[in-house]
Amino acid sequence: MAVKQDHGGSARIHENLRDEKTQELRGRSVTLGLCLRGCRPLSQLAELPEMHQMMRQTCRDYATKELAPIAAMLDKNHTYPTKQVQELGAMGVMAIEVPEELGGAGMDYLAYSLAMEEISRGCASTGVVVSVNNSLYIGPILKFGNEEQKKQWITPFTTGEKVGCFALSEPGNGSDAGAASTLAHQDGDEWVLNGTKAWITNSWDASATVVFATTDKSLKHKGISAFLVPMPHPGLSLGKKEDKLGIRASSTGNIILDDCRIPLRNLLGSRGAGFKIAMQTLDSGRIGIASQALGIAQASLDCAADYAHKRTAFGAPIGKMQAIQFKLADMALAIESARLLTWKAALLRDAKKPFTMAAAMAKLSASEAATFSAHQIQSNLCFALDHMGNLKSIQILGGMGFVTDMPAERHYRDARITEIYEGTSEIQRLVIANQILKEYQP
Amino acid sequence: MSGRVLVGVKRVIDYAVKIRVKPDHSGVVTEGVKHSMNPFCEIAVEEAVKMKEKKLIKEVVVVSCGPQQVQETIRTALAMGADRGIHVEVLAKDYESLGPLQVSKIMAALAKKEEAQLVILGKQAIDGDCNQTGQMTAALLDWSQGTFASEVTLEGGQVKVVREIDGGLETIKINTPAVITADLRLNTPRYATLPNIMKAKKKKIANVKPVDLGVELTSKLEVLRVDEPPQRQAGVKVETVDDLVGKLKEAGRI
Repeated sequence: MAVKQDHGGSARIHENLRDEKTQELRGRSVTLGLCLRGCRPLSQLAELPEMHQMMRQTCRDYATKELAPIAAMLDKNHTYPTKQVQELGAMGVMAIEVPEELGGAGMDYLAYSLAMEEISRGCASTGVVVSVNNSLYIGPILKFGNEEQKKQWITPFTTGEKVGCFALSEPGNGSDAGAASTLAHQDGDEWVLNGTKAWITNSWDASATVVFATTDKSLKHKGISAFLVPMPHPGLSLGKKEDKLGIRASSTGNIILDDCRIPLRNLLGSRGAGFKIAMQTLDSGRIGIASQALGIAQASLDCAADYAHKRTAFGAPIGKMQAIQFKLADMALAIESARLLTWKAALLRDAKKPFTMAAAMAKLSASEAATFSAHQIQSNLCFALDHMGNLKSIQILGGMGFVTDMPAERHYRDARITEIYEGTSEIQRLVIANQILKEYQP
Repeated sequence: MSGRVLVGVKRVIDYAVKIRVKPDHSGVVTEGVKHSMNPFCEIAVEEAVKMKEKKLIKEVVVVSCGPQQVQETIRTALAMGADRGIHVEVLAKDYESLGPLQVSKIMAALAKKEEAQLVILGKQAIDGDCNQTGQMTAALLDWSQGTFASEVTLEGGQVKVVREIDGGLETIKINTPAVITADLRLNTPRYATLPNIMKAKKKKIANVKPVDLGVELTSKLEVLRVDEPPQRQAGVKVETVDDLVGKLKEAGRI
């Protein structure tokens, strides 16, 4: 980061940064010094490499056999899938991007996206547990942590035995992340944290958290820092487990910090870098959530298409009727479009190219595809009258889509959160617009 | 003892797929249809990998016969923990007529070449359902066989095999080298882990042609026609036992 100093050098530094920014915006590589891995050909969007296909298949097999059969029960009882998370850990799914020497699978973000989609197709709650651990907890430590921190805070979290969480949001600010009111001050050889974090996924099941707190209020968002806090820990307590509409098997709740003391070495990255760490982490996290949304959307399509073959009305399977066919087509289109955007974002990230806009587009389109598809699966003897082509999915199953006997209603509930967390759809639109306006800056 | 186990795997149409007969009744539709490893072959691979993990054997070599696509199946076995693979290249047109006799000749030749201590196969493939390859391979090699295995224990130069038979379970002790065929309850195959999928990339798959093994592929069998099973007819409900007897007599069943 350029430091304000009064000598000729600073002008050059600012100039270089501006240049970097311009290049970044034009989609080219950042900084000449960086040696880029070759960007894989776009043909990968058309056919995945063999390793990725195998990995996708193994995740799909696991989700079909071990997650889908229990998803309804996990949802109904709000049960955290302890055994499944451990099994996924043993498969390497809880730490996909982490290098092998730290205990991870050593794969790329495209593999992560594929894994997330397949896992979420089986159970969306398990999907979010996997996503938070991979992208939001391990992600920032892998990118900004020192070697000691990586060994201490990543390796034990690769096996599925322990999961982590990400504490950014507060009761007073979600989208407005720069307004963090949780404070951290130094007291001798310790940091002392005070404040409340809200809506923290995995909070009740986590063994550690990345917490964002203000270290220098006067610097506004440049005065936020990131900290690693073990759980449980003196001074850290949990608020009640939220009773949610969807993704019920994952825990969500407040984290309350009251004179919570941690060693100085628990600072993640440099002081004041917290906001940057959070934003970059969320960029990657969006690819994970987009993939989760794709899984939910795909599960809805699976449900709808299957039902369209089996359910008869007016003497024929309803799949023969154009209104139903149009709905299925619209669902499949929305899903495939979102999937390609998600893969592109992952491929850009893997090639170390700027991917902020792609990730925002992926998350926005995938979450909207999920709610759209889930909505289509219900109702139906009135399909002939349904000329208001809005949210379609729940419209295909009819009353069957409304009761808990079929997974359709759970997909509807699980889909909704994907438009909210890790950046609301409104925020995604702002991110995209921001990038576009910069590109077109006269 | 070489400590080497040879495992045969077959690429078949996935068990969950609905099979469709080709319009010309010459076979079933395989084009564009999802394929995967035969479930009994998965169990065979799992058993071999477990033996290696227990340090009872040293190397697991996995073999598959067929066209280019079978390499996917070999790689899946490598991702489960097999050490190396052998792809016996069989051209697509020959593959259609490839049956248990030719495959067992190939397996026997490879077992000798690789100096295998054990050959483990699935008891049968879910497409052909022949249940012959294991038995024929043992006969060609003049080796002992333990088929329909639900439990396999290596004991020195012998193998104790618990077999699933009609009457229940039969325990036999056979000498090595031997051929074992895996039955359903032998084990639960593992999911390929992501790190192992990555490692599988580096493992070797050797290419071999049947002619190099001295095996001739022409089949003595010819498939005349393939048909779907007859549609299940609705049953008839009767009121009394007499009615039932009457109906059965009418149908010529008694």
